[in-house]
Order: sequence, then structure tokens, then C-alpha cells
Amino acid sequence: MDSHSIIGTKNKKGQTFTDPYHLFFEAQRIPSFFTGSEVIKEAIRRASVDLMVAYPITPQSEAAALIGELYAEGYVTDYMRGENEFGVMSECAGGSFGGARVFTTTAGPGTMRAMENFPMWSGARLPIEMIVTCRGINSPLSIQPDTLEIYFLLETGMLVWHAETAQDFYDWILMGFMVAEQPDVHLPIAICCDGFFVTHTKDVVNLTPADMCLPPYDPYRSPVPCMDMECPPVRMMRDPFIMKSNYISYATHASWQQEVRAAIERSRKHTIPLLHGLIETENTDAEILIVSSGTAVSQGREAIRLLADEGLRVGLVKIKSLRPWPYHEIREATKHAKHIFVPEFNVAGWMAREIKSTIPDSDRVVVGPHVAGGMTMPPEVIVEHIQRTLGKSVATLAGRGS
Amino acid sequence: MSKEKIQICEEFFDIMPPEYQALVTNATWGKEGRGWKDVGVNKELIEQHSLCAGCPESMAFRYILASLPNPEDTVMVGSTGCTSLVFPHVGVHNIHSLFGNQNAIASGLKRALTLRFPGKVKDVVVLAGDGATVDIGLDYTLQSWFRQEMFTTICFDNELYANTGGQESGLMQKGFVAKMAPVGKKFDKVRLPEIAKESGCVYVVNCTVSKPSLVEKVIRNAVYIAREIGPTYIQLYTPCILEIGKNSMEGLQEMRDSEKPGERFAYKEFISDQAKAFLADLAEKEKAKKASAKEALAQA
Repeated sequence: MDSHSIIGTKNKKGQTFTDPYHLFFEAQRIPSFFTGSEVIKEAIRRASVDLMVAYPITPQSEAAALIGELYAEGYVTDYMRGENEFGVMSECAGGSFGGARVFTTTAGPGTMRAMENFPMWSGARLPIEMIVTCRGINSPLSIQPDTLEIYFLLETGMLVWHAETAQDFYDWILMGFMVAEQPDVHLPIAICCDGFFVTHTKDVVNLTPADMCLPPYDPYRSPVPCMDMECPPVRMMRDPFIMKSNYISYATHASWQQEVRAAIERSRKHTIPLLHGLIETENTDAEILIVSSGTAVSQGREAIRLLADEGLRVGLVKIKSLRPWPYHEIREATKHAKHIFVPEFNVAGWMAREIKSTIPDSDRVVVGPHVAGGMTMPPEVIVEHIQRTLGKSVATLAGRGS
Repeated sequence: MSKEKIQICEEFFDIMPPEYQALVTNATWGKEGRGWKDVGVNKELIEQHSLCAGCPESMAFRYILASLPNPEDTVMVGSTGCTSLVFPHVGVHNIHSLFGNQNAIASGLKRALTLRFPGKVKDVVVLAGDGATVDIGLDYTLQSWFRQEMFTTICFDNELYANTGGQESGLMQKGFVAKMAPVGKKFDKVRLPEIAKESGCVYVVNCTVSKPSLVEKVIRNAVYIAREIGPTYIQLYTPCILEIGKNSMEGLQEMRDSEKPGERFAYKEFISDQAKAFLADLAEKEKAKKASAKEALAQA
């Protein structure tokens, strides 16, 4: 019987629809030197995106405009500039309700303005992929890197991944569609990176071939009907649940929210093989661990190298997925640690709180160092934080005034 | 989707919901000349509703559903409010997502349906209250018109927030005393039909729903024009009898009173030259079709 598989056929740009596993793990990789914004463009070139909704906000404006170029070249079927992020995310929802593969990018205040849409996306099971290039959301106005906005996304019912490098970003943009669109997941996904640190710096990224692309989205694999009038409209209930103040109404709402959370957990089985686990670890037998996500991990890596020079052995846990939260993985990876340091680029230290609520003996968690408002976090700051906590005398960093 | 696609397997027919059975056996989908006269005989035209007894909105909703020229390929977008209490009964796919974002949803939806079904007509119709259209959602309403998004926007204007209990809205009349307007509304009713025209709508009608044949005509025009020419806007007075202190049977008279010459819902229409020519062409084709059918009948 003819399988009618689209794999191996070509799209209108001559790209071959490729089996995702082949594309990710077997196809040739081409080293390229790109900014993070350019990497977003190159990933979307290969992602068979139907609709991208764009809006300018630093630091994602460049990426959003570059995808406009892809639209002009014919790699993205439709592209529009929305009126503001609330509108953008609703336009994304409309496209996804209509069965399109939808992509968008946002940052900082844009994420906050759009916020009402995100629980709606997950409740409506719309597998939209949204890039979040994190920046400050505080007043006075800041455009600088800051990861506070991620905290607001954690309970929206979306999948939330936090990339450390441009390479993570490239791979995860492509993989994100594949996980989000699984019938037993079918949820929106936020793929976050630290603005400027990733978007505006150049790095060597190994790209998949430009003549290969992801298979298109099939809206009929959705667990809920696609709103295209290609399946019968059924009157589902006598009255909408909002009208009812009774047990069945409450139970319906409660169980649907539980189902969204369960779908997040079910994404593990698709995500773990693609991302090689929800966390990445190094030397977790060490007494001291650095645990974090995003570019704070990169700074942690440098701090570990500096501390090794001084004879102090420090392990590392990089958290790749924030939702689903790698609860058991983190408990396992931190079971030997006596001191757990959580460097973060936000004032709240939300990652440290998440970890504290995950592991036994949570007083092992040392909150910080954390910086905010666009401040950088030199590895020396992490080194000093660790040394001070361990009761070692440290050379004062110039300009810190202590 | 054609009506053939919704057939029920014979063995399962008796256990299917009655609404589904009726859709298969008796729906007006695909019926030539379907219209408001089908109301009351077809379950998919809202057999029951959960609005107040005598609410003009319930009739408006039925007329609109009966007037859609292409219900089997029409997706409706609603918003929060009294309309969202009726949508679960509607026999076409419909989306409720948030309060006020209906025209943004419709923009993305229409684009998705256009790119997924090239060469096929898929109509998108927005139906929302005046709070959703003019207050909280005004930005998205106007921006979709600026962008010339190809769908119809219908506003049920009841001149207040009905579902939340009768608060002041932008389309409320000046001086009306309501919740959140404790000493009377201090500014004029927002002139959205005029704004719609200036914002790029090519067909705008402001009227009541007292005459079903009129509603049928303007809805069909609006959907046809939005398909080919540009955005269309229909503002319909559906008074909230509850909040203006009327009885269940007084809705119709209230509409008749407010559509008299000089009143705020006296029939008002704007149509662009291009849309006018398009409708004339459509009427011409319809006439020719009828003539040839008559001829065929005479020959037979």
C-alpha cells in the first residue's frame, strides 16, 4: 500500500522534506559563523513554517525582520507585522486554530504584554513556537539581558526550554516544533535565550543542510479539532461551562488544566532523545555544584575552570528544559553535593527557588550570585561567591568597593 | 466541507446526538437560497439558546447563521460576552479565545485557511459585542481593517456591557445612567460606522435586527464582499432589554423605535464603488442563472 509519506518529496523551494531524526543526527553539519539572530533565521529557513507574525522589540527585532526576508524569498508562506504583542500572539493563535505551523519571536515587555494569550494557547492546545530573547522588564526602561520574564512563563502551560548557546538555539528551534506538535503533547513552546548574549554575539554553529527541511505540520494529528470546517461541528454542550456553577463545570476546568500539565510531562519522552536529556551534567560527584540555565551556565563553566586552577573541583548541572521541570534528574544529579550554587541573570533568583523546592536538604542551595538589569556576570564573580561561602579569603575584585 | 462528509455510519446513527443527526438529515448546508425563513425548522440554526427570554440577540444570531452563504466552509470568531454563551450551540466551527482579540484571531485564521486551502472559499466571520469590538478590542478591530484583512466583522451593539451586568460602554448613548456611569455617560456614542469607513472597510451597515430579510441581505453582502474586495463591518442594534428596563416582548418595538428616521439606528450604509460594482455583477449573474433555469424548465 502506498504510504503517501511526504518524506523525500520537495517543497516549492526545492528543499527535501526530511525525516527529523535524520536531519538532526545524521545529516551533514556545516560549520557557520553567525549571530544568534541569524541563527534563528537559518533554523526557520529549514522549519517549513506557514505563518510568522512579527513585531519590533529589542533584542528580537533583527531576527523577526530576517524572517521577513525568508518570506520574501518564499521559505515562509505568510508573514505579517502585528499591532502589538497581545495582537501578535492572538494572530498566532488564529493561524494555529486554522491549522498552520506558526512561529513568532518576542522579548521582555512584549512577553508581558502578550501574557494573557499564553494560558489560552496551551488550553486550546495550539503548538505555536515562540522565541523569547530575554531582556529586562523593570522600570526604569531597560533593554538589557535579564531572565525575569521566564519566571512568568513557567505556569502558563507552555513547554519552556532555555538555550545556553546559539547551537542549542538552532537545534532546539527545529526540535521544538517536533515535540510541540506530537499528538500526545500538542502544546505551545517557548524557547528562551538570553538577549544580546546569544542574539547579538557571533558563534560557530553547525547548521544542517539548507536543502533539507522539516516535514510540514499536520493539523489532523491534533487532539482537538482544527477550526477549518473540515470535520463536523458538534454542539458539545447544552450551555457553556462558564455559565454553570456546579461540580461538573468545575471538574471539567480542573481536569483540563491537569491534562495540560500531564501533556507537558508526556513531552519528556519526545524531548529526552532529541535534547539528550532535560539536563546535562559534569562531575556531579563533586561536593560543589553549579546549577543553572542559559548563559549563566556558560559563565559557570568558566568559573569551574578558574576554580580548577586553584585546586577546587566543581561540578555542573545545565538545565535545558524548565517545563517539563527535570525534578528527578536534578535530585539525582545533586545528591552528592554539599553546596549548590545557582548563578542567575535576574533579581529574584527564581531558579534557586525552583531548585530549593526540588531537592532534599534545600539549605545546600546557595542563592546566587545573581545579577540583574543587564549587568554581566564575570566568572570571577561566581568564583568569589563560591570562595566566600566556603569561608575562604578572597582577593577583592576591583571596583566592587568591599 | 461538503455535507457528504458528515454522513453517519448506519449502525451508529441512533446513538449519535440529535443535533448531529439533524445536521446530516436536515441541515440547510448547501441549500440553494437558504435564509432567515429556515429559522425554526433546523436545529443547526440555534434551536435553543441560553440568553434571556426575548433577547433580540438570540434572533439576530439565528438570522445571521441562516444567512451565511457558505456555512459548510465558514468559521466564526467570537469574544467574551453574551455572544459567547450562544456559540456553543452554533453549527459551524467557532473560536472563543480571549476578550477583545477577535479580529486578531480572525486575521491569523483567515491567513491560515487561505494558505491551506488555495482555490477554495473559506469564509471567516467575526461576531462580538460592542465592548469587545469598540472598547477592549478597538485596536485589533481597527488594525485588521487597516491591514485589509478579508473577513466580515459583526458587532452586536447593545450599548452596554450586558453579560457583566450593565456597565458603561463606548457605544452607550451619552447621558445614559448605568453601572460605572453613575451620573450618566459623559461622552457621545462612539461613531464606529464612520470610523470603519475611514479605516478601510468597503461595506458598512448600521441597522437593527427588526427586519430579518434586511439582516439576511446585509450579511450576505458583507460576506461576499469580504471574500473578494476587502473588510466589511455590520453594526446591529440588539438592545439589552434587561438593562434598559424592558420586558421580554418589548425588544422588537425598541428596535423599531430606534430605527426611525433621525434615530441612532436609522438604516445607514456605506459601500465603496468597487464593492457596489461587485454586487451589481453578482446580481446580474444571479439573474442570468435564474433566467436560464426558467428557460430549461420551459423546454422540459
